[in-house]
Amino acid sequence: MSRLDPAALKADFPIFKRLVRGKPLVYLDNAATSQKPRAVIDALVDFYENHNANVHRGVHTLSEEATAMVEAVRAKTAAFIGAPKPETVVFTRNATESINLVAYSWGRKFLKAGDEIVITEMEHHSNMVPWQLLAKEKGLTLKYVPVELDGTLDLDKVKKTLGPKTRLFAFTALSNALGTVNPVDQLVQAGRSVGAAVLVDACQWAPHRRLDVSSWGADFVAFSAHKMLGPTGIGVLWGREELLEAMDPFLGGGDMISRVTLEGATWNVLPYKFEAGTPNFADAVAFGPALDYLEKVGLDAIRAHEDALAAKAVALLEAEPVVRVLGPKDPAERSGVISFNLAGLHPHDVGTVFDLEGVAVRVGHHCCQPLMHRFQCGGTARASFYLYNDESDVEALGRALRRTIEFFKLGTKAGAR
Amino acid sequence: MEGDAELQDLYRETLLDYFRSAARKGTADPADVRAHGINPVCGDELEITARREGGRLAVVRYAGHGCVISQASAAMMAEALEGASVEKARELVAAFKAMMTKNAPLESLPAELETAAALEGVRRFPLRVKCATLGWNTLAQGLDAAEGKKNV
Repeated sequence: MSRLDPAALKADFPIFKRLVRGKPLVYLDNAATSQKPRAVIDALVDFYENHNANVHRGVHTLSEEATAMVEAVRAKTAAFIGAPKPETVVFTRNATESINLVAYSWGRKFLKAGDEIVITEMEHHSNMVPWQLLAKEKGLTLKYVPVELDGTLDLDKVKKTLGPKTRLFAFTALSNALGTVNPVDQLVQAGRSVGAAVLVDACQWAPHRRLDVSSWGADFVAFSAHKMLGPTGIGVLWGREELLEAMDPFLGGGDMISRVTLEGATWNVLPYKFEAGTPNFADAVAFGPALDYLEKVGLDAIRAHEDALAAKAVALLEAEPVVRVLGPKDPAERSGVISFNLAGLHPHDVGTVFDLEGVAVRVGHHCCQPLMHRFQCGGTARASFYLYNDESDVEALGRALRRTIEFFKLGTKAGAR
Repeated sequence: MEGDAELQDLYRETLLDYFRSAARKGTADPADVRAHGINPVCGDELEITARREGGRLAVVRYAGHGCVISQASAAMMAEALEGASVEKARELVAAFKAMMTKNAPLESLPAELETAAALEGVRRFPLRVKCATLGWNTLAQGLDAAEGKKNV
């Protein structure tokens, strides 16, 4: 595996030229969204300057070009995730929409009162609220696999929560709030062994680790382009072909129909059945160079690089007695997402002091309020690493941390409570 | 260091003192004004309770967890509003919000808000303004509810 050179990579990302409050930007909020390389920004500009036309509609040159460009990125996405057929890759706005699509088009059609859906306590609201809504509408039972205090899932408890009535098991591959790496293969197997369909939220996985939907063996996989160097406004739903075929459309409108009469309509083929209206084709096109960039650097090298930075950051945080790092202790079970709290200080105050050091971290509940409740905190501060981060970013994290502790006199009698 | 001045301007000593103070933390019991406020940005929750005696707010309390800014601001509010008539309390809430969200000059602040003026540094951190106004908005809701008005 080749090692990556973060300094060279950073130069590909224009945003790192700017200063934040007079200091170089230290961007450690990658779990929220990633920065964009020049190639992605250029692709977006190039599309609007040279190829812009609506897709799947005209027969003129620009429309043909635009259509071919979008379909090329669909094929590239399929190859990136190990999907045998490009038509099983549906472009949505984001992973949230992908999951809602499944809840609406699959859940509403195939689930009935008394059926059970199983999710975990560590889910992002986007993989929780759609199922709560569906359960309420259809009279389903929604069950939660509890999260252990070390931030992991207990496979025995997973198996106990799943049962003969479970029709869907939906879980995150990698927790955005705790950094926990879940045993996806075993979880998929557990779901399938009770006959449930399995949905994997791969939002935090796809940007950092090799994703192979075929080897996972799940039925649905959702993720967002913007967390993996791509533009905002593009999400992906991959689905098993026979399930996608059997599902009803999501939104009705143009592009998703085969034939419309005053009496009704028939549906277009996959994936267009799920892509009603003018799609976000410009951003879809610009997602292509993002995937190329990740392939060029290499997912294995990215993961090794992030693991090394995360290990240093965890060591640095844990060296301070007032810091509590959430999530698994075993580096093999943790990713480049690090959630932590400072005793006596609210995460928002931590985030503000960090910002004054030019260090961007996320603070708050990370769209995981039930999980935060489980750990008896309203929120955490979260540092998350990506391929362009380097040791100087870890050092900046350390400086910001010590500054916060000193300013609020944490750990002393006079300190913030 | 540039950042130091900004940090000290935001987190003034007064703020930290009020944040650490437990003087008005808790629940007014009995209370006839009661409201629950949530800051949707962070999910922080604050409960404001108050007791009216003869048309005045005799006791104002805040409970819940939050950041230095939201807790200090609620503590300052409780202190500033105790003893005020309901009408005056509404005026003070409006004046404080005008300072925080409309950049109203400090000179225009009523004397009762002299301490709360220490929160002016928060204005330079737009994402934190909601932390500072949470307690005040919550109290206003409580007053509306107590007087049978709809929440607006």
